[in-house]
Amino acid sequence: MWVLLGIAVIVAGFLLRFHPLLVILASAAVTGIAAGLDPLAILAAFGKAFNEARYVSIIWIVLPVVGLLEANGLQERARGLIARMRGATVGQFLAFYMLLRQGLSAVGLTSVAGHPQTVRPLVAPIAEAAAEAQAGGLNEQEREEVKAWAAATDNIGLFFGEDIFLAIGSILLIKGLLEQYGIMLEPLQLSVWAIPTAIAAFLIHGFRLWMLDRRLKRRRAETQP
Amino acid sequence: MITLHWVYAVAGAMFAAFALLGARDRTHPRRWMNAAFWGLLALSMWAGDRLGDVGNGVLVLGLIGIGALGGLSRGDGVVPAEIRQARADRFGNRLFAIALIIPATALIGTFLFKLAPGWFDGKQATLIALALGVIIAMTVGCLWLRAGAQVPLQQGRRLMDCIGWAAILPQMLASLGAVFALAGVGEAVGGIVQQAIPQGSLIGAVIAYGVGMALFTIVMGNAFAAFPVMTAAIGIPLLIRTYHGDPAIICAIGMLAGFCGTLMTPMAANFNLVPAALLELKDQHGVIKRQVGTALPLLIVNILLIYWLAFP
Repeated sequence: MWVLLGIAVIVAGFLLRFHPLLVILASAAVTGIAAGLDPLAILAAFGKAFNEARYVSIIWIVLPVVGLLEANGLQERARGLIARMRGATVGQFLAFYMLLRQGLSAVGLTSVAGHPQTVRPLVAPIAEAAAEAQAGGLNEQEREEVKAWAAATDNIGLFFGEDIFLAIGSILLIKGLLEQYGIMLEPLQLSVWAIPTAIAAFLIHGFRLWMLDRRLKRRRAETQP
Repeated sequence: MITLHWVYAVAGAMFAAFALLGARDRTHPRRWMNAAFWGLLALSMWAGDRLGDVGNGVLVLGLIGIGALGGLSRGDGVVPAEIRQARADRFGNRLFAIALIIPATALIGTFLFKLAPGWFDGKQATLIALALGVIIAMTVGCLWLRAGAQVPLQQGRRLMDCIGWAAILPQMLASLGAVFALAGVGEAVGGIVQQAIPQGSLIGAVIAYGVGMALFTIVMGNAFAAFPVMTAAIGIPLLIRTYHGDPAIICAIGMLAGFCGTLMTPMAANFNLVPAALLELKDQHGVIKRQVGTALPLLIVNILLIYWLAFP
C-alpha cells in the first residue's frame, strides 16, 4: 500500500504549485523507495523509461515550420478569415469560430489562434458587437458574459480538436504510457477516437450558443415592444 | 531500413541547432542555461541508447535541475506586426497549404509505409511520416515564401524558448508511469477501487475511470498528470485486463474526460484565469462559468462513448 504515497505526492505537489518537474521527480523517488528499490535502481528505471519515451518529445520538430509560417503572417491570415464573419449573430459567429479552431487544431495548428492571438483582439469584440445589435444594447454584466463566451469557445474548440492531430503531446503520452504496460499502439489508432468527442463537443456547445441567441432575441422583444 | 532512430536524429539535430543558436545569442539573459537544456535533449535524441540507464537518469536530473531552478528564459526575435500583415496579404492561403503538408504527409505515410515493410519500420510509420512531412513543409515553405534557411530555425527556437521546460513534461509523465508500473501502483489502487465499485460492474468501473480523470484533473489542473495515475489505478487493471476493453478507445477518450475537468478548474490558470484577465473581466471565474455547461454533459458523453465503443 505504501506505493500509493507516490500518487499522494503528485496530487499534493501539483495542488501546492511546486515546480511540476520536481513534483514528478519526488513522486518517482517516493514510489520507488516504497517499493523497496534503492536510489540508484530508481534513477536507472527512470532514465530507461525516459529514453524509451523519447518520441513523446518528437512533436516539437513541427516548431520550425510553425515559426516560419507565423513569421510570414499565418496568424494575421487566420484573423482575416475570422473577421469575414462580421454581421452574423453572436451564436452563429462563435459556432463558426469554434469549428475553425477545432479544424486548425486537428491539423496541428494549435498556436495559430488563442486568447492573446485571436480572442482578445478579434473574437471577443466581434461577439460583443453582434450581441449588442441582437439585444438592442447590453448592460455591463451581459457584456462580460459575452466576452467570457468568446474565451470559453476558444478553449473548448482547442481541447476537442487538438487530439485529432496524430502527434500532439497527449496522444504521444498515451502511446508512451501504454507501452510501459506492454501495449503497443500507433498514434493514428488513438487519434481517430478523438473524433466522436469532437463532434459531441461541437453539438453540445453549438446548442448552448443557439440558446444564447434565443435569449438575446427574447430580451430585445421585452425591451422594445 | 528507416526506423524511429532516423526521426530521433532529425529531432536531435533540431535541438542541437536551438542550443547553438541560443549559445550565440548575446541578447539572451541566460543563454548558457538555455543552450545546456536543449543540448541535453539533443544528446538524449542522438545518443540515448548508448548512455546506459543510469546515464540517462543523470541526464534527466540535469534537465530537471535546469528547468526547475528557473534556468530557462525567453528569447526575442518576433517579426514586427506590420511586416507580418503585409506578408499575410501577399501570401494568403498559401500559408495554410504549407501547414497542411505535415498532417497530409503523416496520414498518407501511415498507410503507404506499411506497404513497403523492407524500407520502413511499419510500427512507427506515423512518426516517420510526420518527420518527413516536416522536412517537406520546411523545404517548400522556404522556397515558396522566399525565406532563408535560417528563418525556420530562428523562429522555431523562439517558440521553443516560449514553451521552455514544459516541453519535456509529457515525456516525464510517461516515464513516471513506468516507475508506477514497476512499483505495482496499479495493482494497489485497483485493489482499493475494486472494493468501492460494485463487484463485476463494468459501467461502475467506466464511470469511476471517467469521473476520476475529471476529478483528478480538477484537483491538479492538468489532465496529463491525472492520466498516468488513473490509468494505473483503473484503466489498466480493471478496464483493460479484467474486462478486456480496447486500450486505444479507453485511453484516448479517457484523456478527453480529463480535458472536461480542465474546463472546470481554476487550477488550469493558463486556460481559465489568464484569459479572464486578458479580457478584463471583473469575475475571474467568468470563463469557467460559461464552460461548465458544456463540460458536464460532454463528460457524460465521454463515459458513455467508452462504455459503448470499447466493450463490444
